Amino acid sequence: MLEIRWHSRAGQGAVTGAKGLADVISTTGKHVQAFAFYGSAKRGAAMTAYNRVDDKVIMNHEKYMKPDFVFVIDPALAFTTDVTINHKDNTKYIITTHLTKEELVKAQPKLEGKEVYTVDCITIANETIGRPIPNTPMLGAFMKVSEMYDIEFFKESMKRILAKLPQKIVDANMVAIQRAYDEVK
Amino acid sequence: MAFDKMELKDIEVWDGNFAAAQALRQCQIDVVAAYPITPSTPIVEGYAKFLSDNYIEGEFVMVESEHAAMSGCIGAAAAGGRVATATSSQGFALMVETLYQASGMRLPIVLNVVNRALASPLNVNGDHSDMYLGRDSGWIQIDAYCPQDAYDLNFIAFKVSEDHDIRLPAMVHQDGFMTSHTAQGVHTLSDDVAYNFVGNYKPMNDMLDFEHPVTHGVQTEEDWHFEHKARQHNDLMTKVLPKIQEAFDDFEKLSGRKYNIVEEYDTKDADVCVVCLGSSVETAREVALEMRAKGIKAGVVGIRVIRPFPFEQVRDALKDIKSIAALDRSSPNGAAGMLFNEIAGALFNTDTKALLSGYVYGLGGRDLTKAHLVDLFKELQANVDAGKVTTPLQQFIGVRGPKLSYL
Repeated sequence: MLEIRWHSRAGQGAVTGAKGLADVISTTGKHVQAFAFYGSAKRGAAMTAYNRVDDKVIMNHEKYMKPDFVFVIDPALAFTTDVTINHKDNTKYIITTHLTKEELVKAQPKLEGKEVYTVDCITIANETIGRPIPNTPMLGAFMKVSEMYDIEFFKESMKRILAKLPQKIVDANMVAIQRAYDEVK
Repeated sequence: MAFDKMELKDIEVWDGNFAAAQALRQCQIDVVAAYPITPSTPIVEGYAKFLSDNYIEGEFVMVESEHAAMSGCIGAAAAGGRVATATSSQGFALMVETLYQASGMRLPIVLNVVNRALASPLNVNGDHSDMYLGRDSGWIQIDAYCPQDAYDLNFIAFKVSEDHDIRLPAMVHQDGFMTSHTAQGVHTLSDDVAYNFVGNYKPMNDMLDFEHPVTHGVQTEEDWHFEHKARQHNDLMTKVLPKIQEAFDDFEKLSGRKYNIVEEYDTKDADVCVVCLGSSVETAREVALEMRAKGIKAGVVGIRVIRPFPFEQVRDALKDIKSIAALDRSSPNGAAGMLFNEIAGALFNTDTKALLSGYVYGLGGRDLTKAHLVDLFKELQANVDAGKVTTPLQQFIGVRGPKLSYL
């Protein structure tokens, strides 16, 4: 079982990102689950989304999770929420920030000793898609860190999932995914 | 046909709401009258989108309340159409008056109920308060545990509800957010296969059949009221479960997916058993398997059909269990939980001397964790070891503050 927790603000696309990732993984024959906590949260409110991936049907519907990966797609959430809650010794963190990893860990001591990767998904999204929607770049970074799939296969799969968007936006998302893949450290 | 068909992958990653919306599209609903409410909104939104994109030949009626939504459905069903809608919580509560009208008028309407807590305090998350509120309304109530079920059981609901021997409305329940907003792999049926399973709608006593004028929604006082209600109850008690079983059998032949009126998991040799509804059934199954690895012979019973309540099937499923937990996700507010009562009623006049204890859990979407279920199975095993119920008969799972228990 692979488990992922997303930290996001409502409106930044964590739910879409989690469902998109589940969709891609499902085409490879694995079983998936994607869900979120948001209740009646408003745009901009902190929220979490989740993925589960397994070789067998996923029957566990508990919301509690000790994640293998934590994605933080809004830079402030590493400071205003506890992104390390319910962690495991080997939990990996991919955090959107303009800081270097050293600066980030110094500013947020809870990340000390954790396996942290950084990538500036907000800047990447702004420069490619033209809007601060950091969900697809985060998935590009995840492909690099996890080595889950070949990046070309992943981009082709995401093209299908994003197909209802205008071609220009789909193309921009592909650039964003590739940039995050290349830039994550 | 005048509408487009949709190509679906064999497995689509859908949440429970979208799965239900796709089923409504494939059943080609003539009329949806709806007043959207969280967390069921995407079902009727989905229908409206499919309609505007020419995937359905039908009509979406926007109304000013859930009371009007169900009233619109009743009118359309009495006129002779295939009718469905969706609601949750406060919307369901506002519909209650008209629910009784629909069942009393014997109108086959399918209502997707995305289960949510009832205020006050206001809460949009999933529990079974609305589902329990509807249980005396004369509707058939079928329960989905995951998005796949939410898709499949809509076809079952239309098939049973519209049968001329039945002609009773049906609710398809799914857990708010835990199923409705959780995306999982859903095995699909092609549009033709799905539609042919439910078949063309054959109206009965429809008001638009001008050759055979009929009256709907009449008044009967003490001269006839009881006979109408008794017949309705008789059909629920005697005709519905066999018809559901027939539909489950046909559906299995079509899809390979097997549903049962009462779902039994590892109950045959079980000492301890959890009985519950909704997505909790699946989590409990997973924990029961883990308990077996630890030496506790655990089983799970999921009630698939809540109304009519399957007394005989429940009795059979639980007959050799030593210690049973009835889990209710709705506050009984001054009584034992519904499942506790129904199970007690089902077992009372039998030789079964099972130890039965009741638990209220998960109100307002409170998480039911695997750790809770591990503790629960251990508590049931302690009852077996002691030969008696070692706890009060009614407890809460997962509530903060001082431990509360009753009976």
